[in-house]
Amino acid sequence: MVIYGVALLAGCMMVGLIIGDLLGQVLGIDSNLGGVGIAMLLLIFTTSWLKDRNKLPEPTVSGINFWNAMYIPIVVAMAASQNVAAAFSGGLVALLAGVLAVVLGLALVPVIAGKAPDRSTDRGADGRLSSTTRSGY
Amino acid sequence: MLESLTELFDKYHLIAAFAVIGLTMYLAYWVSARFTRGKLHGSAIAIMIGLALAWFGGVVTGGEDGLADISLFSGLGLMGGGMLRDLAIIATAYGVQFSEIRQAGVRGVIALFAGVIVSFVAGGVVAVGFGYTDPVDITTIGAGAVTYIVGPVTGATLGASSEVIALSIAAGLVKSILTMVATPMTARLIGLDNPRSAMIFGGMIGTTSGVAAGLAATDARLVPYGAMTATFYTGLGILLAPTLLFLVVRAIAG
Repeated sequence: MVIYGVALLAGCMMVGLIIGDLLGQVLGIDSNLGGVGIAMLLLIFTTSWLKDRNKLPEPTVSGINFWNAMYIPIVVAMAASQNVAAAFSGGLVALLAGVLAVVLGLALVPVIAGKAPDRSTDRGADGRLSSTTRSGY
Repeated sequence: MLESLTELFDKYHLIAAFAVIGLTMYLAYWVSARFTRGKLHGSAIAIMIGLALAWFGGVVTGGEDGLADISLFSGLGLMGGGMLRDLAIIATAYGVQFSEIRQAGVRGVIALFAGVIVSFVAGGVVAVGFGYTDPVDITTIGAGAVTYIVGPVTGATLGASSEVIALSIAAGLVKSILTMVATPMTARLIGLDNPRSAMIFGGMIGTTSGVAAGLAATDARLVPYGAMTATFYTGLGILLAPTLLFLVVRAIAG
């Protein structure tokens, strides 16, 4: 049933958020530390575990894939509800601070990613990736 | 007649949002195919339309939630809010190979720390350049350049003025919005075309909304990798900015 997939997704999210919340409390910060990332890992592990045991039928998968496909529309809705006006009215300090952070961040991506030796494995990974179907794209 | 129509949109706000976003997506993909021959991706155009509408909504209503502040479009706030956004982000992880994540794992963690520190320093240096000398102000603005959540949390912890906290939020918003627009444009230049660089990108930039939208507009297959690291970024920022980074700023400027 489709609801099994949705429930699995929701269950991973809630468990991930609980762990993230506990991590935050342990470290004494008023924030959820990586709950969403932990939930993603949980979903990867549980679905591959279920798939290996043939317990992940197509209807269940479609419950997950629906939300996967809704990702871009949701991001567009998120963009439409950003406080863009405030970003523009923050003045030159805010503008420069934000721009500099993005420029430096982008520029450092290839530096940390490194070059030559790993490049070939990346290409292979890329080829495998493009064969996976992502609906909505 | 018109009033009852508005009321209907208000009552069924989430459903109305689905229809509005669907229409926006259709329009964006049509523009992409018709005028850019698919070179500028439909989702990138859709996100830019969304941002333009958000600016319009903010200017018209003076509210904080862009177009969602216009009651006719209030459902956008729920559809694009944290709850459904996080659910959809997690769903993108389905089908990801764990080995991909493990391969980039260490560099992803390095990128997380480097990303928080570089953004913080960038914001702090700009603050100093504009004449801020109080370590609390410098730290709060620096934290704002990390993300628009780290800024106000740090400012509140350190007791910064509301004016400086507002500045830090604005800096974070500029970062997030610029990331949405600049990522698809610079993706080729910085080699953002594989899971590994996507994870590093997520760690370097970190602002979840910016990373989520920037990668969606670049290549949707990269989303889970970038989102995975980005979701740790704000937490790390809140951990470091008011503590270690503040102490460093105070040692230098105070």
